[in-house]
Amino acid sequence: MIEYGAADRVKVTLTVNNESLTGYASSRMLLSDFIRHELGLTGTHVGCEHGVCGACTIQIDGRPVRSCLMLAVQAEGREIQTVEGLSDKGTLNRLQQAFRSHHALQCGFCTSGILMSMTNLLNENPTPTDDEITDILSGHLCRCTGYVGIVKAVQSLVLENIARENGENA
Amino acid sequence: MKPAPFTYCRPDNVEQVLDLLRQHGGDSRILAGGQTLMAMLNMRLVEPKILVDISMMEALRFIRVADNYLEIGAAVIQADLLAWTDLEQYAPLMAKALPWVGHAQTRNKGTVCGSIAHSDPSSEMPLCLALLGGEIVLRSKTNRRMVKAADFQIGTLTTARQEDELIEAIRIPVPADVSKFAFQEVAIRHGDFALVAVAASHSPDGIRLGVGGVADRPEVRHWEHLPEDEIDTALNDLAHELGGYDDIHASAGYRRELVRTIGKRVILEVMA
Ligand code: FES
Ligand code: FES
Repeated sequence: MIEYGAADRVKVTLTVNNESLTGYASSRMLLSDFIRHELGLTGTHVGCEHGVCGACTIQIDGRPVRSCLMLAVQAEGREIQTVEGLSDKGTLNRLQQAFRSHHALQCGFCTSGILMSMTNLLNENPTPTDDEITDILSGHLCRCTGYVGIVKAVQSLVLENIARENGENA
Repeated sequence: MKPAPFTYCRPDNVEQVLDLLRQHGGDSRILAGGQTLMAMLNMRLVEPKILVDISMMEALRFIRVADNYLEIGAAVIQADLLAWTDLEQYAPLMAKALPWVGHAQTRNKGTVCGSIAHSDPSSEMPLCLALLGGEIVLRSKTNRRMVKAADFQIGTLTTARQEDELIEAIRIPVPADVSKFAFQEVAIRHGDFALVAVAASHSPDGIRLGVGGVADRPEVRHWEHLPEDEIDTALNDLAHELGGYDDIHASAGYRRELVRTIGKRVILEVMA
């Protein structure tokens, strides 16, 4: 049985954006704080710390989840993707570029979480319907944009993906 | 906010879980998906001394069919049950209700039994279990017992679980082929707590309606015969009997109105 006391300093090693990283956590440290303060990856944001706002959303073993509702010590050995893993050496990826083009962000506080959810949605289904997009988006709060730009950004990729599929079939 | 300090335990097997529960009782909390408990810890609404993590315990991650009931283990994640290919066949109501449980991002971690353990009066899983007449399998170091959903949930966030007991699984009767089910809810935003949630079934023995979010626990009514022209009166009576409550999101009167309107919708859907 694993047992970590309240005062223990626990070594946690996990894979973040395909790189093995190690940090130290107390038993009660949230994964969101571990990612930000221990690993120094501050792209993952913290808003509410009770699972409501979605700002802290990351992918664990390929699934989007709230990093504020998980303990750092539970992440030992897991595969994590954060927003830092999306761009290629500073070049925005397609989804990020679409967010930029469609004004899908203003302050950007909610954006990293939304990007992680939408990345997963498009990975599982490159051509989601509008309802599927808004259903996933309902797990996030954005105080700036009114959401329209976010939906448009994802829709623009869906159209591109449909065109690609048609091109391949032609 | 951050949780108050605690000792974190990850037992290797169910026996060790039961040992910890017997030893620490009310000072301990079981951590499964954590989609409610972690938020409560962060807000310091609960401050357990010992957190017992069962989320990675394979022995509790089972979905199995036996003797006409479906059994769902304590570590089964909501998204995994929703993705189970036989769900529609064995638990059609759960298939309809699960997409309403939280958001996709919380269903990826939250467990089915965790919803039952938390017993929020507006929560979907306890409502389904109550309507279906399901059971909760409770295990302690010395005992194993089944409790009917109606006897399990006593009131708001209050259950019949003893401090040394683990919710090992839930059991849902597999419905007769001819049974029909419907589910509806109204929330401020899809995935938020329901203002009112309703579930209905139509089986050979009649019509059942379950209502969540109005009383302090899901309430189920059964009619052997319910002629179409009596539905409105029946629902009006039920709405007033349950009463409802005012809060920042809705008045008691609005909640009663929802019982009448979406209650009728699901009853008509299963009668069709
Ligand atoms: S910070 Fe995790 S959901 Fe808001
Ligand atoms: S861009 Fe500011 S909260 Fe979404």
